[in-house]
Amino acid sequence: MTAAAHKTDAAAASPAMLEVSGLAKTFTLHIQGGVRIEAFRDVAFSVAAGECLALVGPSGSGKSSVLRVVAGNYLAQHGSVKLRHRGQWVDMATAPHRRVQEVRRLSLGHVSQFLRAIPRVPAVEIVAEPLIRLGEERAAALARAAALLARLGIGERLMQLAPATFSGGEQQRVNIARGFIAEPPILLLDEPTASLDRANRDTVVALIGEAKARGAALLGIFHDADVRARVADRTYSLAKETAR
Amino acid sequence: MIPCVSVSFDADADDDDAGDGEAPLLAVSGLCFAYGARVALADVDLTVWPGEVLAVAGESGSGKTTLLGCLSGELAPQAGRVGFLTRDGKRVDMHRLGEAERRRLLRTDWGIVRQNPRDGLRLGVSAGANVGEPLMVLGHRHYGWLRAQAGDWLDRVEIPTDRIDDPPATFSGGMQQRLQIARNLVTDPRIVLMDEPTGGLDVSVQARLLDLLRRLVADLDLAVVLVTHDLAVARLLADRLVVMKDGRIVETGLTDQVLDDPQHAYTQLLVSSVLQP
Ligand SMILES: Nc1ncnc2c1ncn2[C@@H]1O[C@H](COP(=O)(O)OP(=O)(O)OP(=O)(O)O)[C@@H](O)[C@H]1O
Ligand SMILES: Nc1ncnc2c1ncn2[C@@H]1O[C@H](COP(=O)(O)OP(=O)(O)OP(=O)(O)O)[C@@H](O)[C@H]1O
Ligand SMILES: [Mg+2]
Ligand SMILES: [Mg+2]
Repeated sequence: MTAAAHKTDAAAASPAMLEVSGLAKTFTLHIQGGVRIEAFRDVAFSVAAGECLALVGPSGSGKSSVLRVVAGNYLAQHGSVKLRHRGQWVDMATAPHRRVQEVRRLSLGHVSQFLRAIPRVPAVEIVAEPLIRLGEERAAALARAAALLARLGIGERLMQLAPATFSGGEQQRVNIARGFIAEPPILLLDEPTASLDRANRDTVVALIGEAKARGAALLGIFHDADVRARVADRTYSLAKETAR
Repeated sequence: MIPCVSVSFDADADDDDAGDGEAPLLAVSGLCFAYGARVALADVDLTVWPGEVLAVAGESGSGKTTLLGCLSGELAPQAGRVGFLTRDGKRVDMHRLGEAERRRLLRTDWGIVRQNPRDGLRLGVSAGANVGEPLMVLGHRHYGWLRAQAGDWLDRVEIPTDRIDDPPATFSGGMQQRLQIARNLVTDPRIVLMDEPTGGLDVSVQARLLDLLRRLVADLDLAVVLVTHDLAVARLLADRLVVMKDGRIVETGLTDQVLDDPQHAYTQLLVSSVLQP
C-alpha cells in the first residue's frame, strides 16, 4: 500500500464516506477463449468527508475500473465498497439494484471520462437532469444548470444544443457540470481536466475545492500532475506489481 | 412434453428487495411456454418495479414476444405465475383470473404497444376515435371531454391536432406508432408492454420516438417492459436489462452494468457485435 502521504487535520477529523477493502476485479473474455484480464486486486482505501483522494498508477493499472466498481457500473469478484448513504453504510458490491439506483440518485456523482450524449436533448437539460430527479423544480434546475455551464465557458447558445456535435473539451465540461450540479456527498472523477484549457482547468479545480469545502468526499484520477497537486489531499497507488 | 415444473410462488420474497417496503408491480416465476414441441420460454423469473423500465434483449427467436404474451395473459403458459399487484395492494395471478376480470384489469392497468402499429390501431376510424375509444370502453361518454382528451394526447405525442379526424391509414409509420402510444397511455395505465416500438422506422424517426418515450416514461412514472434487439435503445430508456437466449434469461442487471461489464458469454457476444451500445 502506498497511501497516506499526509492528511489535513480537517480531513482526519471527518467521518469516512467511502471505504473500499479487499477489492478485486478480473474480466473473463468468454468470446476470446476465456482469457482472464486482472484489472486490479487487493485494493483498499477510504475517503473522508471534505477530502480528495487521487488514484495514481500507470495506464492499464485499473484506475478507471476502480471508479466504475465504486459506481456499480462494473462488478467486483471480491471485496466491499461501503458508501455512506443517508446516514447508513451501503455495500455497492452486494446491494440490490434498487438500492444502487437510489445511491446513484442521492449520494453519488460520477464524472466519467467521456460524455454519453442523449440524442435531441440539449446540453442544459442533460446537466439539469440530476437536479430534476432529486425533485428540484424544472425552471430552477435549468437556471442552475445554465449558470454552471456558463461558469465552465459554455455559452447561452451552445447549451441549448444537443452535445453530440460538441468538441471533446465542450462535451467534457457538460459532463463535469452534470456531475457537480446536484452537489452529491460522494463524487467520482475520471480525468476531468484531460482535454481542458488552462482557464477551464482552473474552474474545475475551483469546483473541486468548493465541493470539499461543503464536505463532499472525492475520489479522482488526475493525469495532470499540477491539477493533482492542487486538489488531492492524499494519493493511492495502483502499483503495477499489485495490479498484474 | 413440458420441460419444467411449476415452482412455488413467493412473489414478495425478492432478491431485489431494498428494504423500503415497496413491492414489485410484476413478479414472474417459473414461466414455461411451448408451441407444441418447440420450447419458447423455459423457467423464466423476473420482477418489474413500479416506475421502472425493464428492457428485454436477445436474438430473434429467443422468446421475447412470447414472454410479453405470457405477461398480459394473451398466451397461457404451461407452468409458472405472473403475479400482478393491483391498485388495492392485492397480488393476483394473471393466469388464474377469470377472463372477464383479466380483461377489465388489462383495460384499466395495462397498455400493450405492438411492433406493427396496424396491429394496435383501428386503421379505418379517425385518430381521435383511436385515442378516445379506450376511454369510452372504461365508461366515459361525454363527447366534448373525450375529444378534448384525444386532442391533448395527440399534442403530447407530437401529432398535429388538425389531423384528429383523419384515419391513421393516412399517417406515416412514425405517426402511427406515436398514435398507438397515445391510445395506450390515455387510460393512465400502470404498466406498458412494448414490442420493438422503434422497429421498422427510419433512424431519424426512431430518434424522435425515443425522445418522446423517454419524456413520457419520466413524466408518467410508468413501469415499462420494452422488448428491443437494439442495445442503444436499451441504454437510453431502460433502468434494467434482461438478456434472453433460447427461451431463458442468461443475464440481468442495471442496464449500464450489463452493457459495460457483461458476465455471460452470450451477452459479451451481443455487446461486442454492435458499435458502442
Ligand atoms: N469493460 C472491460 N472489459 C474488458 N477489459 C477491461 C474493461 N475495462 C477495463 N478493462 C481492462 O482492465 C485493465 C484496467 O483498465 P482501466 O481502464 O481500469 O485502467 P486505467 O488505469 O484507468 O488506465 P488509463 O490510465 O489508460 O485510463 C486494462 O487491462 C483494461 O484493458
Ligand atoms: N405461433 C407460433 N407457433 C409456433 N412457434 C412459434 C410461434 N410463435 C413463435 N414461435 C417460436 O417460438 C420461439 C420464440 O419466438 P418469439 O416470437 O417469442 O421470439 P422473439 O424473441 O420475439 O423473436 P424476434 O426478435 O424475431 O421477434 C421461436 O423459436 C419461434 O419460432
Ligand atoms: Mg482510465
Ligand atoms: Mg418478437
